[in-house]
Amino acid sequence: MLRSLAKLLPASAPKPSAFLVRFALMAVTLLLIAPAVLSDFRLSLLAKFLCFAIIAVGIGLAWGQGGLLVLGQGLFFGLGGYCMGMHMKIVDAGPGNLPDILSYSGKYDSLPALWKPFSSAWFAVPMAILLPMAIAALLGAAIFRQRIRGAYFAILSQALAGAFVIVIVGNLSLTGGTNGLTNFQHFFGLSVIDAGDQRILYFIVATVLLVVFLATRALVLGRYGRLLIAARDDEDRVRFLGYDPARVKLVAYVLAAGMAGLAGALFVPVVGIISPALLGIVPSIEMVIWVALGGRTALAWAAAGAVIVNWAKTSISEQFPSTWLYLQGLLFVVVILFLPKGVAGAVEHLRRLVPRVPLPGGMRMPERKAAVAAARESPPAAAPKVNAAGPPKEVA
Amino acid sequence: MEVFLNQLFVGLSIASILLLVALGLTFTFGQMNVINMAHGEFIMAGAYTTYVLQTALGTGLITLSFGLALPAAFIVAGTMGLILEFTVIRRLYGRPLDTLLVTWGVGLMLQQLARDLFGAQNVNVDAPTLLDGGVDVAGVSLSYPRLFIIGVVVLVVIAIAAYMQRTPAGRRMRAVMQNRPLASVSGVRTTRVDRTTFFIGSGLAGLAGVGITLLGPVGPTLGLNYIIDAFLVVIVGGLGQLRGAILAALALGMANSFIEYNTTASIAKAGVFLLIVLFLQWRPQGMIVQQRRGLA
Amino acid sequence: MRRLGTTRWVIAGLAVAAMTVAGCGSSDSASSGGGSSASKASAEPGVSGDKIKVGILHSLSGTMAISEVSVRDAELLAIEEINKAGGVLGKKLVPVVEDGASDWPTFAEKAQKLISTDKVAATFGGWTSASRKAMLPVFERNKALLYYPVQYEGLEASPYIFYTGATTNQQIIPGLEYLKNDLKVKKLFLVGSDYVFPRTANKEIKAWAKANGMQIVGEEYAPLGNTEYATTINKIKDAKPDAVFQTINGDSNVAFWKQFTDAGLNAKKLPVISVSTAEDEVRGVGIKNIVGQYVAWNYYQTTPGAKNEAFVKAYKAKYGADRVTDDPIEAGYVGVHLWAKAAEKAGSTNVDKVKAASKGLTFDAPEGLVTVDGENQHIHKTARIGKLQPNGLIDEVGGSGKPIKPDPYLKSYPWAKGL
Repeated sequence: MLRSLAKLLPASAPKPSAFLVRFALMAVTLLLIAPAVLSDFRLSLLAKFLCFAIIAVGIGLAWGQGGLLVLGQGLFFGLGGYCMGMHMKIVDAGPGNLPDILSYSGKYDSLPALWKPFSSAWFAVPMAILLPMAIAALLGAAIFRQRIRGAYFAILSQALAGAFVIVIVGNLSLTGGTNGLTNFQHFFGLSVIDAGDQRILYFIVATVLLVVFLATRALVLGRYGRLLIAARDDEDRVRFLGYDPARVKLVAYVLAAGMAGLAGALFVPVVGIISPALLGIVPSIEMVIWVALGGRTALAWAAAGAVIVNWAKTSISEQFPSTWLYLQGLLFVVVILFLPKGVAGAVEHLRRLVPRVPLPGGMRMPERKAAVAAARESPPAAAPKVNAAGPPKEVA
Repeated sequence: MEVFLNQLFVGLSIASILLLVALGLTFTFGQMNVINMAHGEFIMAGAYTTYVLQTALGTGLITLSFGLALPAAFIVAGTMGLILEFTVIRRLYGRPLDTLLVTWGVGLMLQQLARDLFGAQNVNVDAPTLLDGGVDVAGVSLSYPRLFIIGVVVLVVIAIAAYMQRTPAGRRMRAVMQNRPLASVSGVRTTRVDRTTFFIGSGLAGLAGVGITLLGPVGPTLGLNYIIDAFLVVIVGGLGQLRGAILAALALGMANSFIEYNTTASIAKAGVFLLIVLFLQWRPQGMIVQQRRGLA
Repeated sequence: MRRLGTTRWVIAGLAVAAMTVAGCGSSDSASSGGGSSASKASAEPGVSGDKIKVGILHSLSGTMAISEVSVRDAELLAIEEINKAGGVLGKKLVPVVEDGASDWPTFAEKAQKLISTDKVAATFGGWTSASRKAMLPVFERNKALLYYPVQYEGLEASPYIFYTGATTNQQIIPGLEYLKNDLKVKKLFLVGSDYVFPRTANKEIKAWAKANGMQIVGEEYAPLGNTEYATTINKIKDAKPDAVFQTINGDSNVAFWKQFTDAGLNAKKLPVISVSTAEDEVRGVGIKNIVGQYVAWNYYQTTPGAKNEAFVKAYKAKYGADRVTDDPIEAGYVGVHLWAKAAEKAGSTNVDKVKAASKGLTFDAPEGLVTVDGENQHIHKTARIGKLQPNGLIDEVGGSGKPIKPDPYLKSYPWAKGL
């Protein structure tokens, strides 16, 4: 066990060059090739998928590295989206005017207290990220301290996402209810409606994704990343080493929430709508599925998973609407059963068969070793182990 | 006072429905630590079984077909569970979170299957004429379908308790749950016990489906209405605890009933969720904690 | 470790910066090249050779599939009929069917896809207000046409949407008048699902009630998909109303009616009028739970007339004898025909020409003669109050008797000021 633990930790920092080549490939694909070959419509679809990829990077961190099955990311995505949506609505309405959503009910003559601060971008944009993080911190601090087991954590976060939806839907006059916020015009001077400005939005999203990915990767490769993996695989041992695993996990959870909020904030101008339909229990599960399909332990593949699944969903459901549901269901089953490491695992496997074929993606050697070791030593998802631990209370 | 008694009955009724949909989970989730998201679709299968029997036997024999539906739905859903266990779940023991994702996929496929077989629209299941209406007792209106569901739940709970406590098979099940390796070395065939457990757990979902046809819609997405609530009951009750599940269902049902009466349905739903989160802060293991031997 | 990390960071940061600069450079050229073309409506959308593409966008999966699949079927039937009769402008209609998946952003995405990738001449689709609100900016931005087939809460008149279902003054107000004049209702209880249509409808009902001396004794909402109505029904019983106005939608409808009956209530003891339960939903509710209750729509399967007989017959022949037709199904069917007629009249699929040709356009629909209002692109429709019969169909028992001019903003009603 200890041996495998040691193997999981990167022995030394990897050579940056191999990664840089892959990262450059990725960046070129996203920032040069995609805009050149895709039509306006497809490019704005890709922008939407890249928003999802940002959530996926967060889930990759919390679930893949930290073993926390975050099944309520829709909550944070929605918080980010609504923060941005409220701001954009206020700006669209113009100073002194009431956004259309608020004027429907006839209840308000001026901006209600909940909306008021969001007229300032300096408040709205940070809040889109900080509010999800703050809520995650509150929730996580309580949950991880109590050592609530994995399944509990998963179902609880679902229940919270569900409750959030009910609250939003129930406060129709403030939030637009099930309709959500829609019909946006401007995003910081860009016209959401204009095709050219939509392209600029795409570049913003793509750049944010690349930056988030790089930052998360740096975090994972660093000291904290090792601790997180250790806390995932053997919470007690981490505790004996003098670290507080609850705090280690909390950081991952809070960061994942922040990324989901950021994704939500970008999603609103890209897609032009934020509604409770995007935040509930079902969408939250789907988010995890993207990561499971891409590969939970490799951040780049987690992000790729979001794009692949959504791309497949869009194109398959265009051709055969009802087939998609079967196929989606089947994909989950096959991937989790036979490819627990997702597409990343499959690619990894192929790579081992044909050693010299270079493949895109962000998996590095130590990760590969770790993957191999993990696959050999213990069943792939190391997550349950943490959850099943439920260690004696005396160990503080 | 009348209001109070009426809401007490509503609470009891909600509790009985919650318990009915959650009983199966106390087996699969509680005993085997399998998070079966397709449980909702097994409930749906039970409801559709009632529908199929009713259409097959015709409108003249609604009472008979409803009576037949109870065992039939148990067997149909149980068999589906058995197939699921055999093909998928047994490869995933010890990875509860992965079972969640896989069974979610299975659930999606079952939903689409129901849609292709029975159409996207809700189908109509008539309640037997015996269960039409209700009685008023001291100003409290007790509807027969709700009384029937309460009755079914009470019977099922008694049957489960008897099975677990009095029969050798039940004892084996408890043994496996409390300490799998020890049970295994003592000669209990754990794989077979697992299969039985899953059959019963899924079968109970089918039974719930029959009961639900009396009160709610029967359609492809029926399972989604109940699945999260069912898991919450098991979690609040404490894993694998029949007594815990009963207490939790009662608590949630009553909370829902009384909060809703004094506020709105939306507030009640969100409020109950929040209460659960707070409760688990206080007692993360749920209401009743199983004494286990061994560390895990 | 840390120092190495910094170096890598610098390199990576430079890389990103370079990419971004390169990317933005290309964005300018790309957007000036092909960017603006998508937002410009093509002169003759949908036409390619001897075919015209039209879009159909409904939820074929998810919770709303329950209702929307039947509407899609009716629209496909209309297209088939039009093609049999020689098509539009001598060209065959080719439907492009997309799944909105009961998810509003998907509706927006698929609408955009139908417009910019398939270049359809018009789109028929939507059910929930939320899906319409999500699609509205897409159609307005692309200057493309949407035909929306469901009664809705009013307070909207997009120049690019044709509303073939009723607005409030063609459905809810006639329903209220029936309650007041025929059922002599003095005290009314409002029950609805918690979303924009019931909330808005009830706001209007309350304003109407105030002006008409009717007392509202309670107002309850439950989340969409709620299946537990015992408490709501207890509240109704406590409030002792003369009637209930019901705007519950989707799955919850079934739960409401079943539990309403179980609570010992029926049409004799407490009449309920619903504006969202149609023949199609009744099949899932079970007729014995709802028999004798009232609904307000503009069309029933039993509506007399040769046109309707032919429509019902064709629908059942195509989709099975057990299927029923109802108001939104008919409105979907009418929408396709209205568009075809307008395009024929305009001699073009051009959006502006079709819009112009639609002004005052009439069509002999299954519900009777309908006229497109030139001002707000709603339809003049006859309000019909129906009563549920033991055979699951609805008989007309009252209503306006003649088409009512659509008034989505209720401008012609003095009590509606300030809504």
